Amino acid sequence: MPAADTRPHLPQHQKTLVTGVIGSDTHIVGNRILSMALEQAGYKVATLGALTPAADFIKAAVETAADAIMVSSLYGQGELDCRGFRELCIEAGLDDILLYVGGNLVVGKHPWPEIEKIFLDMGFDRAAAPGTRVETVLDWLARDFAAREQGLRRAAG
Amino acid sequence: MTKAALLIDFGSTYTKLRAIDLGARRVLGSGQGPSTVTSDINIGMRAAMDDLERHLGGLPRFRYRFASSSAAGGLRMVTVGLVRELTAEAARRAALGAGAKLVGTFSYRLTQKDINKINELKPDIVLLAGGTDGGNSAVVLANAGLLAASALACPVVYAGNRAAADDVSTLLAGCTLIVTENVMPEFNTLNIEPARAVIRQVFIDRIVHAKGIDRARADFDAVLMPTPAAVMEGARLLADGVAGHDGLGTVMVVDPGGATTDVHSVADGRPASGQVVAVGLPEPRIKRTVEGDLGMRHNAATIAEVAGIEALAADAGIDPMRARALLAQLATDVGQLPQSADDIALDQALVRAAVFQAVARHCGTLETVYTAHGPVTVQHGKDLSELDAVIGTGGAIVSSPDPGAVLGKALADNTLPLSLRPRAPSLWLDRGYLLYACGLLAAAEPEAALELALGHLQRLDHQPRSMETGNARIRCA
Repeated sequence: MPAADTRPHLPQHQKTLVTGVIGSDTHIVGNRILSMALEQAGYKVATLGALTPAADFIKAAVETAADAIMVSSLYGQGELDCRGFRELCIEAGLDDILLYVGGNLVVGKHPWPEIEKIFLDMGFDRAAAPGTRVETVLDWLARDFAAREQGLRRAAG
Repeated sequence: MTKAALLIDFGSTYTKLRAIDLGARRVLGSGQGPSTVTSDINIGMRAAMDDLERHLGGLPRFRYRFASSSAAGGLRMVTVGLVRELTAEAARRAALGAGAKLVGTFSYRLTQKDINKINELKPDIVLLAGGTDGGNSAVVLANAGLLAASALACPVVYAGNRAAADDVSTLLAGCTLIVTENVMPEFNTLNIEPARAVIRQVFIDRIVHAKGIDRARADFDAVLMPTPAAVMEGARLLADGVAGHDGLGTVMVVDPGGATTDVHSVADGRPASGQVVAVGLPEPRIKRTVEGDLGMRHNAATIAEVAGIEALAADAGIDPMRARALLAQLATDVGQLPQSADDIALDQALVRAAVFQAVARHCGTLETVYTAHGPVTVQHGKDLSELDAVIGTGGAIVSSPDPGAVLGKALADNTLPLSLRPRAPSLWLDRGYLLYACGLLAAAEPEAALELALGHLQRLDHQPRSMETGNARIRCA
């Protein structure tokens, strides 16, 4: 049988990313800017927009054979909305998909390392603090995809 | 000499003819014969032609002789996609839009059990989709492989991930395969027109022959499409008009039949208010839905189930026990025409319930989502609240003593306040069963077809509903 499903692993393959704002969150502007920047950087982006249930991220990723899902949450309910996200991915056969989350992830002032740990423990590969530059995210993506080629979970640092 | 056209509908019960005077834009006459496609289609066709000749006192020379068909089970289709709400739904819409009778829909990786089921369904065409272009190809290739290894003999239309098309062609080399554009080339982008066109072409090129319809070839020039597609073409023509001649604007056609209730809408259906956020798969402007549980005869029992027997009996003004007994009778004799006053009353309640349910399912709904910044109104499906016209077609509405009351059930009311049903459309009756004929004729003479359709629709009066009820109030909230 032709091994067409090996194509996503070819180095020159254009990576596909799914972006969206999770839960009952209507803050779309930042996510739209991020999506445009990702497209400009050469990624194929499936944009889900605001008010996106967790399951819809997974459905979009299955259909587009996405390489990464980038979840935005700006309204402080991110922890609740993102619980079980990695498990949903595993359930849908997306065991190894790269998962990023970013925004104002929790209500109130907490030290960032604590917040980051919550999301990394949930199975996200990266969590972006408020104010993270697009360039940083692009750098993470490039390095993490390169690390994946070498069989690593994600790049260091 | 009169320039005439003959429009034929090879139906599942009758062979129906309409002879049209193209110059005067009027119906010259009608003819009807039995549907004999299972034995020899020519018998029914001859009977219908004789009937027409009797009415006309002789047959004119026809410039066009176009046919549509829903005979021999209609265009039976199975659709296969990947995610149920995404490519599987897009494939379903493409098949329905092509006028098919959808007998099975499948998603994700097919199992051997699914393949056995598909074989049992004996489809005329399988529509295989899955994956956006450059997206998932593993599942669609696995499904193509399973279909190739099965006993399936019908043509396969491939409208999935473009990147997998070559491999699908290799896998299905032993089958009749037609490759077309992806029904969802990009995530959440619907592209069903190419698949729809290919399905119709396969219908013309192969299915018409396979079903023995072309044995009546001497009596027609071409079978252009399945009958539901002809009705849809008629709806499109009436909505959009032709250059220099306006149509009715946004249109819905409601067709309660013996086995299903079809609803077609020609309207973009986007949110009427900028405050409302549309979610889900984009909606096709020309959309057909088929309700398989709402049929006036074959599925009268399920109409009663959906509406509730008490409510149905109350609407009919008969005792629920009596209604049950009459429904049981209908189940044993689906060919039965209403005789007694109770039969007629029950039939009217059934058609009103079917129209109510089918239109409610076809139209979109509003939902309020509570966010940290207050409530946000979300729209699922099409907003048809501002629709211009609703047209009723088919025997159940046309023969109704009060067709206005039947079509009135399509309108917004306070029973489903979040439903985006039409609020104040004009109501029309396709009394002469001309929509399919106009849809067929539009292929050659669009202007004559439009004028014919507009000239023969009968305007119905109805009591406009109070704007205090229905979706108007929700919109302003």
